Amino acid sequence: MGRELTRKTATELAAAVTAGDVSAVEVAQAHLDQIAAVDDRVRAFLHVATGEALAQARAVDEKRARGESLGPLAGVPVAVKDLFATAGLPTTCGSKILSGWVPPYESTITARLRAADAVVLGKTNMDEFAMGSSTENSGYGPSHNPWDLDKVPGGSSGGSAAAVAAFEAPLSLGTDTGGSIRQPAAVCGIVGTKPTYGGSSRYGVVAFASSLDTPGPFGRNVRDTALLHQVMSGHDPMDATSINAPVPPVVEAAAHGDVSGMTIGVVSELAGDGYQSGVMSRFAEAVEVLQGLGAKVVEVSCPHFKYALPAYYLIAPSEVSSNLARFDGMRYGLRAGTGSAEEVMAATRAAGFGAEAKRRIMLGTYALSSGYYDAYYGKAQQVRTLIIRDFEAAFSQVDVLVSPATPTTAFDIGERADDPMAMYLADLCTIPSNLAGNAALSVPVGLAPENGLPVGLQVMAPPLADDRLYRVAAAVEAAFDSRRGHPLLDEAKGLGA
Amino acid sequence: MTVTYEEALTRYEPVFGLETHVELGTRTKMFCGCITTFGGEPNSQVCPVCLGLPGSLPVVNRTAIEYAIRIGLALNCSIASWCRFARKNYFYPDMPKNFQISQYDEPLCSDGYLEVSVAGEIVRVGIERVHLEEDTGKSLHVGGATGRIHGAEYSLVDYNRAGIPLVEIVTKPVPGTQALAPDVARSYVTELRDVLRSLGVSDVRMEEGSMRCDVNTSLSVRGSGVWGTRTETKNVNSLRSVERAVRSEISRQAEVLDAGGRVIQETRHFHEDSGETTSGRSKEEAQDYRYFPEPDLVPVAPSADWVSSIGASLPELPSARRTRLIASWSVTELEFDSMRNAGALDVVEATVAAGASSADARKWWMGELARRANEAGVEVSYLAITPAQVARVSALVSAGTLNDRLAREVLDGVLAGEGTPDEVVEKRGLAVVSDDSALLAAIDEAVAANPDVAEKVRSGKVAASGVIVGAVMKATRGKADAARVRELVLERLG
Repeated sequence: MGRELTRKTATELAAAVTAGDVSAVEVAQAHLDQIAAVDDRVRAFLHVATGEALAQARAVDEKRARGESLGPLAGVPVAVKDLFATAGLPTTCGSKILSGWVPPYESTITARLRAADAVVLGKTNMDEFAMGSSTENSGYGPSHNPWDLDKVPGGSSGGSAAAVAAFEAPLSLGTDTGGSIRQPAAVCGIVGTKPTYGGSSRYGVVAFASSLDTPGPFGRNVRDTALLHQVMSGHDPMDATSINAPVPPVVEAAAHGDVSGMTIGVVSELAGDGYQSGVMSRFAEAVEVLQGLGAKVVEVSCPHFKYALPAYYLIAPSEVSSNLARFDGMRYGLRAGTGSAEEVMAATRAAGFGAEAKRRIMLGTYALSSGYYDAYYGKAQQVRTLIIRDFEAAFSQVDVLVSPATPTTAFDIGERADDPMAMYLADLCTIPSNLAGNAALSVPVGLAPENGLPVGLQVMAPPLADDRLYRVAAAVEAAFDSRRGHPLLDEAKGLGA
Repeated sequence: MTVTYEEALTRYEPVFGLETHVELGTRTKMFCGCITTFGGEPNSQVCPVCLGLPGSLPVVNRTAIEYAIRIGLALNCSIASWCRFARKNYFYPDMPKNFQISQYDEPLCSDGYLEVSVAGEIVRVGIERVHLEEDTGKSLHVGGATGRIHGAEYSLVDYNRAGIPLVEIVTKPVPGTQALAPDVARSYVTELRDVLRSLGVSDVRMEEGSMRCDVNTSLSVRGSGVWGTRTETKNVNSLRSVERAVRSEISRQAEVLDAGGRVIQETRHFHEDSGETTSGRSKEEAQDYRYFPEPDLVPVAPSADWVSSIGASLPELPSARRTRLIASWSVTELEFDSMRNAGALDVVEATVAAGASSADARKWWMGELARRANEAGVEVSYLAITPAQVARVSALVSAGTLNDRLAREVLDGVLAGEGTPDEVVEKRGLAVVSDDSALLAAIDEAVAANPDVAEKVRSGKVAASGVIVGAVMKATRGKADAARVRELVLERLG
């Protein structure tokens, strides 16, 4: 029964718990058992909240027993990226500098999940402060891809993606600053969405780059992902950048995967050198599928996308250099060194931050320095405006844009660890949507023939048109699943059959 | 060689400017809902936001924006239709995030002025900008000799103050005030304090640190037309210190220049005890604050309607009030200034409104009551007596019920909590004896007791009557109207 429960969709689990066919405790226990069985190999979790999860599940069962109506995620286990503040549960952001920190407050999104009767299973591994594309920058060691344990699960939300792909949780939370949800979703063969910037609250989400960070959902299928998207989203007065508008009808869109009459643009700049052949062939196949379902496909040029990566690597480090300044050993987390406050701050930061965090703090400090600001940060902001205009021009002609989610499939652990530039290229396709603040997701479109690893299709929509992503993704998913005869994840063999 | 202030001014022309930080009196902090009450237990008025805990986010306090716009409008500034907050990055333990949310190149208010009156002349001080920011926490360095971080054994930080809204009001450089530069600087801060108080946006208590000044001073060689290098004197925290700091910097810089030296652009510290400044951080070591727009906040874009409704709600400002009161009370500029400096304007005005003449209201508040306030070390407005009560005492004197000496006793009674003036008169039996027959009896006794004096008066030495009057006053224990007694004495002996 345990294995059966972990194979169910979130939508099925919520319905079963609500109907009383299964208890929330049984559901939680089944997933805790799966974690116990596989996580020594996957290493998706930094902290498994066994006691708290079971207590929460019990509370859901009691609520039902009292005859109260249950929330939309009744008894559904969720794995949470370790940069969401969770009251009473450790929150490290994958960094040694926050080891031992237990937040005294709860993020808006995890509070909404709890209010919807979801059960928080634990906190998942990530690249330190969400900087990376492989989880290798975690201060606690990398996570492993359930398709092939020698491969990375992507990053920075690699733990959350791996947990869902390894059936340790039906849903998980991530954050996407440059592709940190879409890229791991693509390489783990699951669905992951970066909502419109401001559509999901950042309150209680430890900041990497404030103007880019977007919390979002992972799921094994489009409908589950939409369900979590719906529950976590909406205006939050605690986040000044939160948009005060209704959540786009994502669940409804996911239930009606119909693309007939839609115009879909293929971004011509997101192809060519550096794109793996199997990625391009699966992408081309997906475009054909969409055409076959009645969508009109056109090629669209976004000429400034080629400047997105350099602009991103000025804006994000600039913000990070300021956002990470508070980790100084004075108030919480690691404290190293002795002597003056200044000496303790320096020693703490030297000991607590990993190499990539230090690299980006230095980059950003330099880019914001007096005399360099205009040439670097200022110029990058101008590029950002040009990229927004590219999107606006494109969306005046098409309903959504599509591209590969990543240039390559999952790479080997260690392969790019010493080559930051190669690592940065993993986010080539995803970064433009972060700079523009629009909505985008990755949905699986099969395996690359040359290595049998998953390929993701990226769908991009204008701000607050997140529902279009789910319409397209649901159509693609249905077409591929019916052609294949089973969900793609059934073919993942990293953990054995 | 020491250069006197007067000598310095023969060769140099001073230019000064002021940066004033004012804590706004909003109920809650700039970016969170914590209360701002002064004097709470350390770290009792804090939350994840003002502690800068990982993941927390700021949300702008609308009232703070409104207060800053009030200030901008009162200082004749333009109000930006769109502006942003910026992060000012530097490391210090009393700053929870190691950056301060402030404003940089897009201040909310800019380009205004404030007129101040010095020695009977009006000087217009230009306002460069008024911007909003958050205050830092407060450090207490324990174990060192100086109370500074260097040499301290350990330091404690209280974050109650962290996140309290501050406005920074920056003047343009003020040239052309010559020897009056220190007085103009002091008058500017005084006037600014009064403006802010009248706006109801701050309690502006320099002694509690809710208003703090930095003073920039430079000297220009007379006739050169070139402005000199300026120094920035920090933590000048009383009106008197503002004046002394400018004066002391003028003398010090003149001495440096006379000796052929260069004034170094630096931060200097003002010492209340000596009235002098000492060198702090030089500009060469100055921090690069790496300002950039605060990405956690959306731009502030006050609508024209909102700004004009704030403008329409501004109270009468001190300069307008000054003109009005000087005319209606027929007082000189100096008399007005002494009332203002004593904090007596409101009570005098209220006393006049309660029916007293302005001369009487001023006499009581600036005389007897000022003396008692001074003894108690408070401003007159803090005394336990209301303007209406003072007006009543004044009315009792005018009616002849009280003389001045009895009136002072009535004030004593009121201040001692014995009730209203009428109740004190009643309880203490203080009314003037106005019954002529009672007075005549007392006069007869006094005449009988002083036959020599009575004879002198009879023979035309009217001045001698004072002895008889004094004896009568003594006999009636001061309750008689001395003028009436004198009349009766002269009638009797005339």
